[in-house]
Amino acid sequence: MTISRQLQYALIKNVAAPLLVKTDAWKSARSFRAKKDKPNPPFGPRLESYIKLKELMLEHYFTGRYADGAVPVAWITSGSPVELLRPFGFHIVYPENHAALCAVRRRAKDLCVHAENEGFCRDLCSYARTDFGSVMSGQTPVGRVPKPDLLVTCTNICQTALAWYKVLARKFNVPLYVFDTPFIYGEGEEHDVDYIVAQFHELIEMCEKVTGRKLDQKQLTYHTQLGCECSKAWGKVLDLCRNRPAPMTTFDAFIYIGPIVAMRGLPECLSFYKFLHDELQDRVSRGIGAIQNERYRLLWDNLPIWFAIRDLSTAFAQGGFNFVCSTYTNAWAETAHHFDPNDVYRSSAKLYSRIILNRDLRNKADLILKLCRDFQCDGAVLHSDRSCKPYSVGQYNLADILNREHGIKTMILEADHGDPRSYSPEQGELRVKAFMETFQ
Amino acid sequence: MTIASIGLDAGSTTVKAVAINPEGQIAARVIENTKPDISSQAERLIEGLRSETGSGPDTTVSATGYGRKMVRNAGKVITEITAHGRGAFFLAGKALTLVDVGGQDSKVIRIAASGNVEDFAMNDKCAAGTGRFLEVILHRLEIGYDQVEPMLDRASGSVSISNTCTVFAESEIISLLARGVPVEEIVYAVHAAFAERVGSLVMRLGRPSAIHMSGGGARNAGLVKLLGKHLCVPATVLPEAQFVGALGAALTAASTRAGI
Ligand code: SF4
Repeated sequence: MTISRQLQYALIKNVAAPLLVKTDAWKSARSFRAKKDKPNPPFGPRLESYIKLKELMLEHYFTGRYADGAVPVAWITSGSPVELLRPFGFHIVYPENHAALCAVRRRAKDLCVHAENEGFCRDLCSYARTDFGSVMSGQTPVGRVPKPDLLVTCTNICQTALAWYKVLARKFNVPLYVFDTPFIYGEGEEHDVDYIVAQFHELIEMCEKVTGRKLDQKQLTYHTQLGCECSKAWGKVLDLCRNRPAPMTTFDAFIYIGPIVAMRGLPECLSFYKFLHDELQDRVSRGIGAIQNERYRLLWDNLPIWFAIRDLSTAFAQGGFNFVCSTYTNAWAETAHHFDPNDVYRSSAKLYSRIILNRDLRNKADLILKLCRDFQCDGAVLHSDRSCKPYSVGQYNLADILNREHGIKTMILEADHGDPRSYSPEQGELRVKAFMETFQ
Repeated sequence: MTIASIGLDAGSTTVKAVAINPEGQIAARVIENTKPDISSQAERLIEGLRSETGSGPDTTVSATGYGRKMVRNAGKVITEITAHGRGAFFLAGKALTLVDVGGQDSKVIRIAASGNVEDFAMNDKCAAGTGRFLEVILHRLEIGYDQVEPMLDRASGSVSISNTCTVFAESEIISLLARGVPVEEIVYAVHAAFAERVGSLVMRLGRPSAIHMSGGGARNAGLVKLLGKHLCVPATVLPEAQFVGALGAALTAASTRAGI
């Protein structure tokens, strides 16, 4: 870390970024006011929270450009225990979140091709390929991504993340911590918890080495508690969609998920979800829905098809179909109840290992059935994601369980969350339309 | 003659159109290879049916198929799934599992006793489970559909092809030919691979007690027989097998007109 980088970073963080955000927010607020009361068919009125979200993400990615050399930087997977890193003052980069952003902005394909040209197989997850392409070409829609001082990967999402981070460790020549969470069958075992807790201590040691700082236990408790509150606040936002009509579609939730993925454990994340909650609550009390004519309610399984969110949400909304819940958005809220401030380590071990991707199929089926009941779903769309094998495996069995055992109409949509070459919009549209026709 | 409606199925390989009478019977039909300009082709075919049956310009038209959105003047536009479901239920008059082998995709549709589509499955993005796959391979071997069945009967089934990707399968076949493998064994291997692929599509919806077939692929009697054998269920070809989608569209047009 150099003093000049630290000064520059402080200036950017405290002066330039807030100024940039204010200017951007002013422009967005003006255009929002102009559009606010205009009809937005087939959707309901626009949400002001979107402007807040843009501000938050802009600030995060903008200050990130100047972070390396000024503060320690860690690149971590979405399922890694970020709260452990917060007390050390790391700027956190989530390559998955960045890759999703690339996909939304339609930049992922070129980055994937770049990675493939360097010899990475097309069967690899498109998040990994997008990240490799971005690292190797230096291209990103966010201007610049700071280089890491530490890499943390966690096996609770998949094994791809393991090989992916090994490649990054070689490329950047920085330490990598592999956080291993045993797969949970049934309710899990106590010795798994012991095993995970031991790794928390190892990871803390590694953070101390990389940053030259000692762990402040109070800070750890503070951020862990805050992380848990953020997850609970996100859960409360999602729960509002139990109302009829639902005030938000799952497609909106895919966009509003950004802060809970990238800023969990920070106060700004919590205040954002409180703002979003209040705005949605107001919609509920006034009976305003996210789509104009909610006739049927659906569940979405798996990651979003980032590059097709707009097309899909419009096609479904036009038919009067609203997605009111998803296993994906739920994943950032579902384990928060495990947290216990009096036993931070053991409760966090449960929180991180009991997520949907690290549990057996029966658990997933039960979860989907519960969501369908709680949110009164008429049907479900299971996105068979070519990239994400752990999320997609077993979906045909799930479809059977939902369809035959519980009479929930289910369709499987073959696509990819990031690589548009693995999705045929024409065939996708046909399936969606045919699926909607079966409800008539 | 009295015509209730016209249905048009603009598929990827062929465009089919039918005019039906008030009882739903097909009064006139036409089929042509799909042309690049689907709009004018559809207009011409509809016009042809109108003059053949003497029906007026106010006869309701419904369209389905990949080119459905290109059909101007179509009152109602429905997906192939719904169209095939309606057409097949009308022809069979009972709950059934329909296997439609079209040029661009194969679909399996489970139709309830009420006539509603209960569930469906389609092949994924590649051509391996489509009519196009068989067409390419049979063309390569210079064999017509009518020659397939006797060849399958003669074959011992001693050869199999591992690739169901159209492009790779073609090169695999070339190497089998180069090794002097008899053509009927190759034809068998290709059809067995196809039946396996379409068979698993059927099984996605659960094992049926019987299957009914439609689409261009239903003209291949050898394939129908092999698919039935593979699934261990009787396989029947629906009458008017290539016009099931167009019939479903026409029935939809008629019911829309009748306000049903
Ligand atoms: S394979 Fe799935 S879980 Fe793993 S990084 Fe890709 S999207 Fe995430």
